[in-house]
Amino acid sequence: MKSKFYEEDKLLVLEITEEIDHHTTEELRRKMDNEIERCMPREVVFDFGSVAFMDSAGIGMVIGRYKLAKMFGASVCMTNVRKSVKKIFEMCGILRLIPILEEKIG
Amino acid sequence: MRNRYENEMKLEFLSKSNNEAFARIAVAAFVSQLDPTIEELADIKTAVSEAVTNAIIHGYEEKEGMVKIVCKLIGNSVVIEVSDTGKGIENIELAKQPLYTSKPNLERSGMGFTIMESFMDEMKIESVVGLGTKVTMKKKIEQEVSQKEEDCAIKA
Repeated sequence: MKSKFYEEDKLLVLEITEEIDHHTTEELRRKMDNEIERCMPREVVFDFGSVAFMDSAGIGMVIGRYKLAKMFGASVCMTNVRKSVKKIFEMCGILRLIPILEEKIG
Repeated sequence: MRNRYENEMKLEFLSKSNNEAFARIAVAAFVSQLDPTIEELADIKTAVSEAVTNAIIHGYEEKEGMVKIVCKLIGNSVVIEVSDTGKGIENIELAKQPLYTSKPNLERSGMGFTIMESFMDEMKIESVVGLGTKVTMKKKIEQEVSQKEEDCAIKA
C-alpha cells in the first residue's frame, strides 16, 4: 500500500497495491489505521487502481476504515475500481455509504 | 478405460492464510483449459478464495489442518469441491444468510456464501459438526468462440 497526504485539502489517498483477501487485509488494516490516525484527514480516498483481485475480505476492510474515518469526521470514497472489484461491493450495498468517485485523484 | 471425468486435479495444503492466493491461482490455471472469459475466471477465483478462507478461519479456527480441493472439468463445466476436517457448521441455513457472520470481531462481512452462490451456477454445503465441511460449486463456461464458429459454419 502507498499513501499520500495532501495537507492543504486534508485529503488522504490510500492506494492499495496488493490483492485483497483475508491474508493481506490484516496488514492493510494496520497500515491504513496508522495513516488515518497520523494524518487526521477530512477526506479519505481508497484508490483501487492497482487491485487485481479482491474477495469479501475487502468489504470488511473498507467498512472498518470507514468507521474509523467517521470518528475523525472524515468522508470516505473509492476510486479506480475495476469491474470485478465493483461487483463485490455492489452485492452488499456498501456503495451507498462509500461512493465511487469517477474522476481520477492525485 | 477412459476416465469418467475429462480432467481432474487434487490439491491439499495447510490451513495457512497465505495459501488463499495459491489455491485460487492454482484452480484458475487448471480451469483455463476450458478457455473461460476474464470475468468467469475472476468469479471462480473469488468463489475459491471465499471457500478456502472459510475453511481456514471457521473450519479450523486458524489452527493447523489440511484444506483439500478437488477440481473436475466435465464437458463445458467446472466442479470445485473445497473441504476441511474442522469443526463443521451447526446451522447451514443461518451461515448462508447474507451479512451473517459468526466472527464479526474479525471484520468479516458475512458475504462469503452469498458470493459463492451468485458467482457460481450451483453451490452445495455438506457439513457435520465435529467432522468437517465440504462445499461443492459448479459453473458452466460459456463456449462463445465455438458457438460463433458454428454459426459461421451454418451460414457458409
